[in-house]
Amino acid sequence: MAQLARVGARRAVQLPLLDGFVWLVRVAALLAVVWGSYRSLTSGRLTPGQWRDLVVIGLSQGAVYALIALGYTMVYGVLRFINFAHGEVFMTGTMAAFFVADALSRTGLWTDQVWIPLLAMLGVAVLTSTLVAVLLERVAYRPLRGKPRLIPFITAIGASFFLQYAFAGLFGVDVKNFPPVALFEGKLDFFGFRFLKTQLLVIGSALLMMGFLYAFVEKTKTGKAIRAVAEDQEIARLMGIDVDRTIALVFAIGGAMAGAAGFLWSQHFGQVSFRTGFLPGIKAFTAAVLGGIGNIPGAMIGGVVLGLVESVSPSLILIGLGIPAAHQLKDVVAFLALVLVLIFRPMGILGERLAEERA
Amino acid sequence: MRKPWSFTVALLGALALVAAACAEEEAPPTSPGAQPGATPTFGPLGGVVIGPGEPIKIAVFEAISGDVASLGTDQVRGVEIAIDDLGGQLLGHPLEIAGPFDDLCNAEGGTTGAQRIVADETIVAVVGTSCSGAAVPAMEILSEAGYSMVSGSNTSPILTSAGGEEGVAHKPGYFRTAHNDEIQGRAAATFAFQELGVRKAATINDGDPYTQGLTAGFEAPFKEMGGEIVVSTAISKGDTDMRPVLTEIAAAGAELIFFPIFQPEADFIVKQAKEIEGLENTALMGADGLLSDTFIEPIPEVHDTPPGPNGTERGMYFSGPASPDTPGYREFVEKYRQKYGEDPIQAFHAHAYDAFMLIVEAIKKVAVDVQGTLYIDRQALRDAIGQTSGHQGLTGTLTCDQFGDCADPKIQIFQATPDRKTLPEVKENVLFEYEPQA
Repeated sequence: MAQLARVGARRAVQLPLLDGFVWLVRVAALLAVVWGSYRSLTSGRLTPGQWRDLVVIGLSQGAVYALIALGYTMVYGVLRFINFAHGEVFMTGTMAAFFVADALSRTGLWTDQVWIPLLAMLGVAVLTSTLVAVLLERVAYRPLRGKPRLIPFITAIGASFFLQYAFAGLFGVDVKNFPPVALFEGKLDFFGFRFLKTQLLVIGSALLMMGFLYAFVEKTKTGKAIRAVAEDQEIARLMGIDVDRTIALVFAIGGAMAGAAGFLWSQHFGQVSFRTGFLPGIKAFTAAVLGGIGNIPGAMIGGVVLGLVESVSPSLILIGLGIPAAHQLKDVVAFLALVLVLIFRPMGILGERLAEERA
Repeated sequence: MRKPWSFTVALLGALALVAAACAEEEAPPTSPGAQPGATPTFGPLGGVVIGPGEPIKIAVFEAISGDVASLGTDQVRGVEIAIDDLGGQLLGHPLEIAGPFDDLCNAEGGTTGAQRIVADETIVAVVGTSCSGAAVPAMEILSEAGYSMVSGSNTSPILTSAGGEEGVAHKPGYFRTAHNDEIQGRAAATFAFQELGVRKAATINDGDPYTQGLTAGFEAPFKEMGGEIVVSTAISKGDTDMRPVLTEIAAAGAELIFFPIFQPEADFIVKQAKEIEGLENTALMGADGLLSDTFIEPIPEVHDTPPGPNGTERGMYFSGPASPDTPGYREFVEKYRQKYGEDPIQAFHAHAYDAFMLIVEAIKKVAVDVQGTLYIDRQALRDAIGQTSGHQGLTGTLTCDQFGDCADPKIQIFQATPDRKTLPEVKENVLFEYEPQA
C-alpha cells in the first residue's frame, strides 16, 4: 500500500512536468508558425499567384507520396509490419516505364498517338511493381510470418538493398531521362490556380485511383476480407477467409499503386535511377504515419499534407523567421512536421483506426 | 578494500604502457646496414626509412567508385604515366603506388582512407583526394600523423585560403595543383557581370564544401563589381522538386542562376526552370562539376536555356578549367591514349601527374642516402613541397603559396547552344577566359 502511494506520488510530480514540456513545445511551434507566416505574407516577397503555385506544387508532390504511402499503410494494417522495401517497389515500376518509353519514343507512335505509349508505360509500371511486391511477399516475408516482428523488418531492409543494387547492376548506375511528352507541355488555369498539365495529370489520376481503392476496400467482398484479416487474422481464418491469399492481394494492391505512382513520377520529374525509390519511400512512410498508419484515407491525407508542408513551409515559415538557405531544410521541415503532428495527435491526423477499434 | 587495490594496479599498468609507447616514439630510426653515427635523426613528425632495394611508396587516394569514378580513375592514370616517365625508379629505389585508396567522394571515405594510409608507416606521401568533401576529414588525420598530401582536383577554398585568409579546413601538409574555386567563382562572376551584363544573380549550392566554395567565390566579387545577389540559397542532395526554390528565385527577379552543383539535382533545376513563371529570361550557369557528357548530352533543356541580358545565343553557361596547352601535355595525352586506349576521361589527369611530380621533386631534395638506405624526414618533405617554385609541370608553371595552393590556373567559360550538344563541342565554344594577375 505504501509502495503504491509512493509510485502515485512520483507520477503526480512527473506528469505535470512532462505535460508542461509538451505544452511548451506546442506553444513554441504554433508561435513560430504564426510569426513566420505573418512576416512572409506581409513582406510581399511572393505574389499571391506564386503562393498559389507553391500550393499546386505541394499538391502534386503530395499526390505521389500518397499513392506510395497506401502500400505502407495497407501492409501495416494487415501485418503490423513496415515493408521498408516498398520505396524500391516504386522504383522498379518507374524503371520499367523508362524502358518502355525509351523503346517507343523512337517510333512514330510517340508523336502521333502518344496515348498508346503512355498507357503501355502505365501498364508495364503497374505490372512490374505488382509482380515485385508479390514476389517480395512470397520470398522474403511469408516464410517469416509468425516470427518476432523485428525479423521481417530486418529482412525488409535487406530486400530494399537487394533490389536497389540488383537494379544498379542490371541497368547501370546512371540517371535515365524520360523522353518528353508534347501532350503534357503547357499550363492550364483553374480558379486562379496555374496548373502544369503534368501536375493536373498527377493530381487527377491519384485522386481517381485512391477513390477506386477506397471503394474497393469498403464496398466489395474481397475488401471486406482484407478488413477482416486486418482486424484479426485468426478469427478471419476461422470464418473461412484465405489469409495467405488476402495478404498477397494486399501486397499486390500496394505494388500496383506504387507502380502507378512510378508512372506519374516519370511524367512529373522525367528521371529515374536505382536510387529513385529511397527518399520518396521514406517520405511516403512519413506520410503514412502522419495520417495515421494502417488507415487508408489517412495515408492519402498524410501524403498531401506532407507535400504541402515541403513545398510551402520553407518559403512561408522559414524565410519569414529569417533562416538562410531555407530550402535546404525542406526534409528537416517534413520530418519536424511529423514530430509536431505526433505531439499534437499521437495517433496521426486521422488516427490509427485499427488500433482504436481494437482498444 | 579490494577495489582501490585493483585500481592502483590497473593505473600502474596503464602508466607503464604509456611510458613504453612514449619510449618507442623517441627512439632514433635504426637500419640494419647503416653506420651508427651516420644515421640521420628525424624531426618532430618522424620519417620513413627505406632499406636497400625497398620501394618508395606513395599512396594514391582518389574517388574510384560510384558516380564520380571517372574523376578518380583519370587521376590514377595520370600518376601511373608519371611513374612510367620516371622509369619506375627514384634515387635507385623502385617507385610504388600504395592503394589506390577510395575516397568515395564523401567525408566517410576520406576518414576511412586516411586511417588506412596512416596505418602503413612506409607510405611517404599521398596524391589525392579527388573530392574536397573527402579531403577535409582526411587532412585532419593525415596532417596530425605527419603526412603530406597533394591533390590534383580539390578546389574548395576552405582547404587552402579564402579572401587571402587561411581557410577553415587548412592543415599543414596540404597542397594542391588544381585551382582554388575562388578563382573559378571570380571568373564566373566577371563573365556574368561584364560580358552578360547581369546585375541581379541568384546562387544555389548543395551544402558540399566544393559547391559552397564556388557560390561564395562567385558572390563576393559579383558584389564588389556592383551586382546584387538576390537569393543565396541551398538545396539538399536527393531533392527532386526544385520548383519551390525556383519560384522564390523568380520572385526575386534574378537575371542569372549560378548553381555549381552535381547531377542529378542540377538536372531537375534545368528541367523545372522552364516551367516557372518569371524565369523566362533568366540565364543558367553551372561549373566544372556539370561539364560532363551525362549532363550536357541527354538533357535537351541544357541547350535551350534563356541567354543573359547581353547574351546572343540560347543555352546554358559553364565555368571550368582550361585544358593545359604546354608541349608536355600534348605528349602526355599521346601516352595516355596508347596506354589506356581512350582519350582522357576527365579534366584533372595532368593535375594529378603534376601533384605526383611535386612530391618526387621534394623527395629528391630531402632524402638522405646512407649506403643505399633512404631517410626521408616528414617535416622536411612537407617544407620542400611548400617551397616549390617555378616547377615546370604539364598544367603550367607551379609555385606554392603559404596555404598550399600551387596551381597555375586558367578558367574558361563555355556555352552549350542549340548547335553544340556534345561535350567536346561545348568545350570548344569558349566565350571568355580568365587568369588571375600574378
